[in-house]
Amino acid sequence: MSNKLRLGVFKFASCDGCQLSLLNAEDELLALAEKLEIAHFLEASSIIGAGPFDVSLVEGSISTEADLQRIKDVRRLSKTLITIGACATSGGIQALRNGASYEEFVRAVYPSPEFIHSLETATPISQHVPVDFELRGCPVNTKQLVQILVDHLHGRRIRVPNHSVCRDCKLSGTVCVTVARGLPCLGPVTQAGCGAICPEFTRGCYGCYGPAHQSNPSSLMAWLSGHQHPVEQLVPLLQNFNAAAPAFSNAAKELQEGARR
Amino acid sequence: MTSPLFLPVAELPKLLARLLELGYKVIAPTIDQEAIVYSEIQSVEDLPRGWTDEQEPGHYRIKPTSNDRYFDYVVGPHSWKKYLFPPLQLISRAISGEEGWTFETCSDAPEQLAFLGVRACELAAMKIQDRVFLDGAYVDTGYQRRREGSFVIAVNCSVASPNCFCTSMNSGPRCKTGFDLALTELDDGMFVEVGSSRGQDVIEPLSLHAATTQHLNSAENLYARTVSQVSKHLNTDDLRNRLMSNLNDGKWDSVAERCLSCTNCTMVCPTCFCSHVSEVPSLDETVVERQRKWDSCFNLEFTAVHGTPVRNDVRSRYRQWLTHKLATWHDQFGESGCVGCGRCITWCPVGIDLTVEVNAICGGES
Ligand code: SF4
Ligand code: SF4
Ligand code: SF4
Repeated sequence: MSNKLRLGVFKFASCDGCQLSLLNAEDELLALAEKLEIAHFLEASSIIGAGPFDVSLVEGSISTEADLQRIKDVRRLSKTLITIGACATSGGIQALRNGASYEEFVRAVYPSPEFIHSLETATPISQHVPVDFELRGCPVNTKQLVQILVDHLHGRRIRVPNHSVCRDCKLSGTVCVTVARGLPCLGPVTQAGCGAICPEFTRGCYGCYGPAHQSNPSSLMAWLSGHQHPVEQLVPLLQNFNAAAPAFSNAAKELQEGARR
Repeated sequence: MTSPLFLPVAELPKLLARLLELGYKVIAPTIDQEAIVYSEIQSVEDLPRGWTDEQEPGHYRIKPTSNDRYFDYVVGPHSWKKYLFPPLQLISRAISGEEGWTFETCSDAPEQLAFLGVRACELAAMKIQDRVFLDGAYVDTGYQRRREGSFVIAVNCSVASPNCFCTSMNSGPRCKTGFDLALTELDDGMFVEVGSSRGQDVIEPLSLHAATTQHLNSAENLYARTVSQVSKHLNTDDLRNRLMSNLNDGKWDSVAERCLSCTNCTMVCPTCFCSHVSEVPSLDETVVERQRKWDSCFNLEFTAVHGTPVRNDVRSRYRQWLTHKLATWHDQFGESGCVGCGRCITWCPVGIDLTVEVNAICGGES
C-alpha cells in the first residue's frame, strides 16, 4: 500500500464543468502526483477505483432515486468529503424546479417525458450526508480547488475567503458597474472566488459563488427595484446557478410577493 | 517660498514634460471604465478635459461640460492610497534549500511618482495615513519609501459634488499644506502656488511670470464659489462623545438592515488602512510568500479571534466602521479618520450616507 492520498471524484446531477476545472489543473496535478493518487475520476480515466478514499470531490446535486443511495455509498467510502460547485452546494440551476411544477418542467424540457425518472427536487449534497467542506462556484475556480487540495495534503485547515465580490473589484481597480453604469450586479451579496471577472468585462455579477457571509440580498433588491430595475429583471438574476440558496431564493420570493401587492 | 505664479493654459504640457524629463511617472485623473480614475498619463491629452462627474448616494456618472477645463470634477472611485498603500503587496519570502530555510524581505522597485490633481481632502487623507504608517515605533518602510518618493501637485476644487462635506471636516476645498505645487484652474491658465523646495526646483526652469492681482482675485472667487457649493454638512461638535454614548441606539438596527457588508465604503475610503497578511506556499512547499492585501472591518473573517468572529452581525460591523472613523480614531490618532470626500456615500451600492446615519443615531446637534 502506498502512502499517497487517494482521491475520488464523483459526479451527480451537473454539467461536468467543475470536474473540467480539476482537469484544467493538469500541471499542478502532475506536480502533486507523488503525493496524490487519483483513484477514481471517470471524467479523466476509465479506471473505476474501489474505495476507500482519503478525499472525495463531489460534483452535482441529488436529483434521482439512485443518487440518494449512491451519495450515501460515497460518504461511507470517504474520509473527507468535499463538494465542488454550485449544484453540489445549493442544488444548481436544476433546482429551479424546486417549488415549481415538476410535471410541467419535465413536459416542457423533454420530448419523451415518460423516460424521465427523477426526484421532484434537486437538492444539495449537505442535505443528505455530512459534508466536510463546500467549495463554491459555477464552475469552481481551478486555483482554489488546487489550493484546498494542497492545504488538505499538508494537514492545514481548508478555507477560502467568504467576503463579497466587491472587495475584489476594488482591489483590482475595477470601477463599480452598478454605481457608474447602473447595471444590476449581485457582487455585493455574492461570495468572492472568481476574481470579479464579470464586472471587469462590464457585466454585473451573476452570483456564481452563492451568497457571501451574512449576505443581505433583500436590501440590494429593494435598492435596485427602486432604481429602475423591474422585478422581471431582478428575479431571473437571483434565479441562476444558486437559485435555491436560501438567501437568494428568499429575496426572489420577497420581490415576487412585493410585485403582487 | 516664491509668490504665486501663473501658468498659461497652453504651457501646461511643459509642466508635464518637465516631470517626465525628471524621471517621474505621472499619475493623474483620466477617463476609464466610464469614470474619472487615477492612472499613468503621458500627455495632457490624457486628462479628462471638458468632462465632469455627477454624484449622488450610490450613483456616479461622467458627462461632458460646456467648457474645456482640465479639472472640473471632484474625486472618483480611486484614491492615491492605491499607490502609497498598494492593495496587494509582497512582504517577504521564505525559501527552503539544502541549508534549511532562508528568508528575504521583498520591496517593490522604487518608482518616482508624481501625483497630478490631488484635492484638498486627499492631501488631508495622506496626512492621516502618514500618522498611521509613519508615526510611532513601527514604521511601514514601504509606505515611507513610496511617500517620500512622490511629488504632489494639488488642484483646488472648482466644483463640489452633493456628497462632498470637506468644509465640515476642515479638510477643504482649499489646499493649504502638504503639496509641492498647487494649481487653481482659471479661465486662461493655472494659478500656481509653490509649497516646497522640490516644487520650486520643478517649476523654476519654466520661467513663469508672477501671478497678477487679477489672477489672485479670480482664484479667491473660485474658492468662495466652491465653498458655497458644498451642501452636505456633518456636525462634528463633540461627535466622538455623542457617538460613543449612543452605542445601543435602535437606529444601528435600521442601517444594519440596509448595509450589505460588502466593504466598498472601506475600500474607496482614502484613510482606511486595514489589511491582512497571509502566507501562501508554492505547490511543492519550497517557497512561502507572505502577502498583504487590503481588508475591511466589514469582513466576517477580519473580526475573527481564534477563528471566531467577535462582530458576528452586520450591525456590529457597521458600528465598528462608523465609530472608528468618527470617534475612536480620535483616541487612537488624535484626530478624525474622515476627511469628508464623500466616496463611501457615492460608491455604496445601496447609497448609505454616513452623515445621514450619524444624524439618525445621535442627532444633528450636540
Ligand atoms: S461591480 Fe458589482 S461586484 Fe463590483 S463593486 Fe460594483 S456591485 Fe460590487
Ligand atoms: S469615511 Fe467616507 S467621506 Fe470620510 S474620508 Fe472615508 S470615504 Fe471619505
Ligand atoms: S455601508 Fe454600503 S458600501 Fe459600506 S459595507 Fe454597507 S452596503 Fe457596503
